Amino acid sequence: MLKDKHLLKLEDYPKEDIQNIIETAFTFREVLDRPIKKVPSLKGITVVNLFFENSTRTRISFELAQKRLSADTVNFSAPTSSLKKGESFKDTAQNIEAMKIDAVVMRHPTPGAPKHLTDFIDAVVINAGDGTHEHPTQAILDMMSLKEKFGYIKGLNVGIIGDINHSRVARSNIYGLVTMGANVTLCGPPNLIPDNIINLGVKVNYNIDEVIEWADAVNVLRIQRERMGIGIIPSEREYRTLFGVTEERLARRGNELVIMHPGPMNRGVEIDDRVADSDQAIILDQVLNGVASRMSILYLLLGSKEEG
Amino acid sequence: MKTERLPEKLLLQNVEILDPLNETNKKGDVLLVNGNIANIGQFEFSKDIKIINCGGLTLTQGFCDLHVHFRDPGYEDKETLESGSKAALAGGFTRVCTMPNTKPTIDSPEYIKYIIEKSKKCPIHIHPIGAVTKRQKGKEISEMGLMKKVGAIAFSDDGIPIQNGLVMRKALEYSKMLDVPIINHAEDDCLRCDGVMNEGIISTRLGLNGNPSIAESTMVYRDLKLADITGAKLHVPHVSTAASVVNIKEMKCSNNKITAEVTPHHLFFNDEDLLSYNTNLKVAPPIRNNRSRKALIKGIKQGVIDCIATDHAPHSLYEKETTFDCASFGMIGLESCFGIVKKILVDEEGLSLINLVKLLTVSPRKIMGFDYNLLDIGKEAELVLFDSNQNWTFKKNNVFSKSINSPFYGKELSGKIKYTISKGYLSQI
Repeated sequence: MLKDKHLLKLEDYPKEDIQNIIETAFTFREVLDRPIKKVPSLKGITVVNLFFENSTRTRISFELAQKRLSADTVNFSAPTSSLKKGESFKDTAQNIEAMKIDAVVMRHPTPGAPKHLTDFIDAVVINAGDGTHEHPTQAILDMMSLKEKFGYIKGLNVGIIGDINHSRVARSNIYGLVTMGANVTLCGPPNLIPDNIINLGVKVNYNIDEVIEWADAVNVLRIQRERMGIGIIPSEREYRTLFGVTEERLARRGNELVIMHPGPMNRGVEIDDRVADSDQAIILDQVLNGVASRMSILYLLLGSKEEG
Repeated sequence: MKTERLPEKLLLQNVEILDPLNETNKKGDVLLVNGNIANIGQFEFSKDIKIINCGGLTLTQGFCDLHVHFRDPGYEDKETLESGSKAALAGGFTRVCTMPNTKPTIDSPEYIKYIIEKSKKCPIHIHPIGAVTKRQKGKEISEMGLMKKVGAIAFSDDGIPIQNGLVMRKALEYSKMLDVPIINHAEDDCLRCDGVMNEGIISTRLGLNGNPSIAESTMVYRDLKLADITGAKLHVPHVSTAASVVNIKEMKCSNNKITAEVTPHHLFFNDEDLLSYNTNLKVAPPIRNNRSRKALIKGIKQGVIDCIATDHAPHSLYEKETTFDCASFGMIGLESCFGIVKKILVDEEGLSLINLVKLLTVSPRKIMGFDYNLLDIGKEAELVLFDSNQNWTFKKNNVFSKSINSPFYGKELSGKIKYTISKGYLSQI
């Protein structure tokens, strides 16, 4: 079982637990390849998917993982607009608590929101992305995908490319990869990479060609179109020219570079069409591993409840 | 806390009399008659009057806080002049200056009069600070002259920094004829952007938007320069960064009309304390890193920072029991103030008790032009008695404010207020 009752972040998360989650995920991955993809592991367990922010793939991935484990699932989505000042977060939390559920999977636009939820309720809380803080299950599935591809994580050179400052995927990947012994280099416009981030045990390089040359795999982050034209990124074409993962760039490398992307992609901006659809991209494997990783996490956090 | 009218005659017996003005500390008695100091030191007295044995306690001037938010009028659910007064008494404060960011904004003589009239019944002295600009919009200067005439003690748009340098300049120039300080909450709106905590490795780790130190220090620098060319009085509130301390220190060498304050929470916490997303630590300006905290302490020791002010900012529970970005800025601070600053500045940093008391009494009174020679025969009794050695744990039942938004619950503090005497009232804490 896992040391922490919740999965809120990968910062300071025990290495053994990350290993355990990934190993278990591979066994669930086998389940997903069977004709009947359902196991009774979480029968009688109720999970609420509480999504305060739009999400397609993460929500579906969690929901599928819950259904494959035979858990009862309830979805609650609240539009972002109702989250303005005045709505009581505490009221929402206590309403959920009153309904006697076992776990909450939470996506929220505010960093720390899942942590706040644990202050108000007893149920297990799984962070499905909290603002620009962390997205631990994404990092788990990314690491699982690296493990699947390379057979190991320790010693791998991994580049993370894009808007690091506003990326929960980047933060969770940094913590997870550093804990597992990978070498991490961040790449992107300097005004989207805080200088102090080197304290997390990573390197920063603004030259994408050097990073592509160095890396075994790169995780290409979605560049938010909202960042364009407000003084952070001058234009899409400038971003593509300086930081886009293009066919031409990859061609300069001798051997194949593994390409990851957490989705959804801006094709033609941070990643070229042909790169995204190429064999070296493991983007769809990531999606499948996402279901297996989330099954593993749900099982390890909630599996013992059923017996107790 | 028990507050009652002072008896006609009251003897405070066997007390350490700490006079922060004359820098003396001696054992003696203090006789109060009709709310005034009738005798002080060693003297004969008749035994048939009410006597409080104050062995082990220190008596000094009641504390004075230049920076409180009593939310009255408009937000009486959070605080009123009455409840704020109780919080002040519990913290040893007998005199406070209230910030004008109420609803409506205190930006006209009529509203100043409202505070003056309503506070007459309160057991502490309350001095309203008027808004620098109409409705704190930062555009047109308010009727400072008329407000001063009816009792405004200083002017500030606290909570909303005056962004426009020209408006700030005109306000400083205008204030010269009134001889009152202008207090500008110094934070550059563009630089602080959506920042909710100090910018640094901790904000990076938490994924929260950072508010950089330069958002404060560049505006402090602007204000200091404007104060210099205008010759006006400038008081810099809640200094939070090392760079601001450096700027203030330099400017003070040539300009004696500049003063500055620091809050207890900026002296106690650093941004690592926010790792748990505690919304009660969300304040403006933000809690900075430990280097800045140490620079503030050094600033106090060197006399760069003149006084302690709490920035007592009550908020309702629902404004704090929410996610970090939605939570309001501010914390209450009157009740916990002395225990915090005694612990940090005296116990940990070696400041003398007399110098600490000065920061809470003589220094703030000088800034606002209040009488600061209080331990004298004939003066109205505005006194505090505390046990400087008592260690205690701050709890919810130590709070008398209407709001409870404090991050200090469970913290070990040093030095406890026992009695506060103010406006003819005796409060036993």
